[in-house]
Amino acid sequence: MTGTKLLRRIAPQLLTLAAVILLVSIYYPAFYQIVFVNDRLVGIPIDVVKRGAPVALLAIGMTLVIATRGIDLSVGAVMAICGASAAWAIDQGYGIGAALGIAGAAGLVCGLWNGVLVAFFGIQPIVATLILMVAGRGVAQLITGGTILTFDSNEFAYLGSGTLIGVPVPTVIWVLTGIAFGLLVRRTALGLLVESIGVNLRASTLAGINSRVLLIAVYMGSGVCAALAGVIATADIRGADANNAGLWLELDAILAVVIGGNSLLGGRFSILASLLGAMIIQTINTGILLAGFPSEFNLVIKAVLVIVILVLQSPRIMPYLELLASRFKRSSATRLEAGE
Amino acid sequence: MLLSTRDLTKSFPGTIALDRVNFGLKAGEVHALLGENGAGKSTLIKCLTGAYRRDSGDILFEGKPIFPQSTLEAQAIGIGTVYQEVNLLPNLTVAENLTLGHQPTRFGMIRPRAMQALAQEMLTGYGLDIDVRRPLESYSVAVQQIVAIARAVHLSGRVLILDEPTASLDAREVQMLFDVIRDLRGRGLGIIFISHFLDQVFEISDSLTILRNGRHIATHPAVEVDRMQLITLMLGRELEEETAVRHRPEATGTSADAIRFTGVGRRGRIAPFDLTVRKGEVIGMAGLLGSGRTESAEVLFGAVPSDSGTVEDGNGPVDLRNPRSAIAASFAFAPEDRKTDGIIAELSVRENIILALQARQGWARPIPQAEQQRMAEDYIARLDIRTPDAEKPVGLLSGGNQQKVILARWLATNPRFLILDEPTRGIDVGAHAEILRLIEDVVAQGMSILVISSELEELVAVSHRVIVVRDRHHVSELTGADVSPDTILRAIAAPHTILEAAV
Repeated sequence: MTGTKLLRRIAPQLLTLAAVILLVSIYYPAFYQIVFVNDRLVGIPIDVVKRGAPVALLAIGMTLVIATRGIDLSVGAVMAICGASAAWAIDQGYGIGAALGIAGAAGLVCGLWNGVLVAFFGIQPIVATLILMVAGRGVAQLITGGTILTFDSNEFAYLGSGTLIGVPVPTVIWVLTGIAFGLLVRRTALGLLVESIGVNLRASTLAGINSRVLLIAVYMGSGVCAALAGVIATADIRGADANNAGLWLELDAILAVVIGGNSLLGGRFSILASLLGAMIIQTINTGILLAGFPSEFNLVIKAVLVIVILVLQSPRIMPYLELLASRFKRSSATRLEAGE
Repeated sequence: MLLSTRDLTKSFPGTIALDRVNFGLKAGEVHALLGENGAGKSTLIKCLTGAYRRDSGDILFEGKPIFPQSTLEAQAIGIGTVYQEVNLLPNLTVAENLTLGHQPTRFGMIRPRAMQALAQEMLTGYGLDIDVRRPLESYSVAVQQIVAIARAVHLSGRVLILDEPTASLDAREVQMLFDVIRDLRGRGLGIIFISHFLDQVFEISDSLTILRNGRHIATHPAVEVDRMQLITLMLGRELEEETAVRHRPEATGTSADAIRFTGVGRRGRIAPFDLTVRKGEVIGMAGLLGSGRTESAEVLFGAVPSDSGTVEDGNGPVDLRNPRSAIAASFAFAPEDRKTDGIIAELSVRENIILALQARQGWARPIPQAEQQRMAEDYIARLDIRTPDAEKPVGLLSGGNQQKVILARWLATNPRFLILDEPTRGIDVGAHAEILRLIEDVVAQGMSILVISSELEELVAVSHRVIVVRDRHHVSELTGADVSPDTILRAIAAPHTILEAAV
């Protein structure tokens, strides 16, 4: 994509993010302040990009799954499984490398399971991944032995609460993962092939695309993203909570992809736009807390904001907004010509 | 006339589905509507039942113009429809299905007894002795079909449209259904009957109307037409000077480098057949809709892999497990249904063109952007694809241009064997001629082609030999001087007895 095309694609998300930030800063004017203390950046925006890490990571994988006209409801549970696996490995005295490897392998296996159900057995993705969504927490509980499995490893905890040149490590992880996936799909033909099977699976298969393998790979990619998110969540609290790690985050991830303007019917996708969607959601979450509303209002306010965003981005409303924008552009252009 | 249309016209982007069609249905007749896929039968039905809004023309019901906006409105006027797949609710009872939407109620509560009585009453005269309290799904498709008819007749009562009602019935059930149809005809209903089974059409119909390419071709009393004439009308036989004088250069290849299919087939879809494809040869395939033409092509491309036989070329066996392996063997296949099997509508013309080549190269070796651009522009110019630019989503192009994009996709892979299933269906005359010219060009370069087409003149014009398919068997192969519309028609229309003797 060329620069202007990319900008056009993500303009709604950028504008939404700006509007949400503006809204939050009305209630909390100190929103923009970022300071550098104790070798780390501190401030609300930094908190947003750190707290938003799990949803951002899940949204990366979810974008690709949704581009194939699928959906992955299991990512929250996979987070719990992978977090528990990593905590177990640390607890058993394996090093951080082994713990990460085990967590990643668990994510890949979960993705393989989902992918095989979808690609080989033809089960609808929403049902196929629902199985692991429900069963996954049970698996995670088996790994933790039904308790919150705590561990003592500063190295591992660094992944959740450490900083790299002042930037929180979770932020570094989701940004790098986003870039890696972005390069992987756009510098190779993967992105095109994924979009193709999402638009028309049958025609794509007849054109020689190995759609089964591709579908499985996409769900495995989602599994890896969930594993990273699970590791961060576990490292952050220095313990694996099988019941609460990643709880309901699959829905936030889907929401991030949708706010990112990606169609649930598959086809064209933008990982960058989904990541912006994740940041919009986190800004809302953080903003509601900062604004000092009683906590029982949080979910309702979030729902209202999400509805407003989705309605503004809907195909019914979007053309009017674009019309308005072009009129504004034209009138400001004429004003410029008139020398005002 | 009970129901008639005057200059009924309906177009979709890129095609005219109905072109000034005049159609008339009398009360007390069974009127068969005939034509190949894409002839306009279902579009006509959908206009009559309000599912589609017509572009122009009139629909007259008992001489008065009507404007049905929905199937419900058409029903209220008196036009009821029963489709091939019974569109009732199988898990509800027969009585509930029959009375749905107009159940007898008291204070808003359904009165089960009264509902059952009403259902019983609706079913009288249909010769059904069934328990209306049992779920619909516990009865055979034929019974369900008759229940659907009873409901449609009760709700509308003047015109009954039966769209492929016998497709999933056995011979005895067909007779049961026909008894019902005859009885309804006796009661003065006008019945429109759509079927691909010509024997049944002749058995039940009083009149025949033939559509082709969205045009009304002919209406005849059924007794005045024979099977041969009917097929001639359906497939079209206007000899055009241009195609008639075209000469066929001889195929250049020898049998040594030919692709030999021996005994390939697929149980339940197409009986095993042999086929030898020589270099630079065009093989035509003729047959009626549902005869096994497309099924043959799918076996040849591995889309539905063969469960018998072998495939070999000069270098040994050829693997045709799936489309991927067929493409690796330099095969290509432009399917009949462009929308569902061909184009990737949301992707651009450029992406659609490079797709098969990219899939063959694998994901890790992307075709450079500049190279994609060059290929797209090259094919847009060579095939005269009408598009503002290469980045336009292919779904927005007309049918003929979509077809050219798919041809470009396959030509880009430089195949040795190209299978074209109805390459010219539903596209305008200009694009039609261009596609035929293109076939000649690539064949001259040594490519082998299999063309499946319902248009016999077209087949005769381009093919070196023609294979005739009937009832899922390859029944004959015509070569040399035998390749003519007449001989093809005779082979297609040959009576069933000969075939049964041959099997």
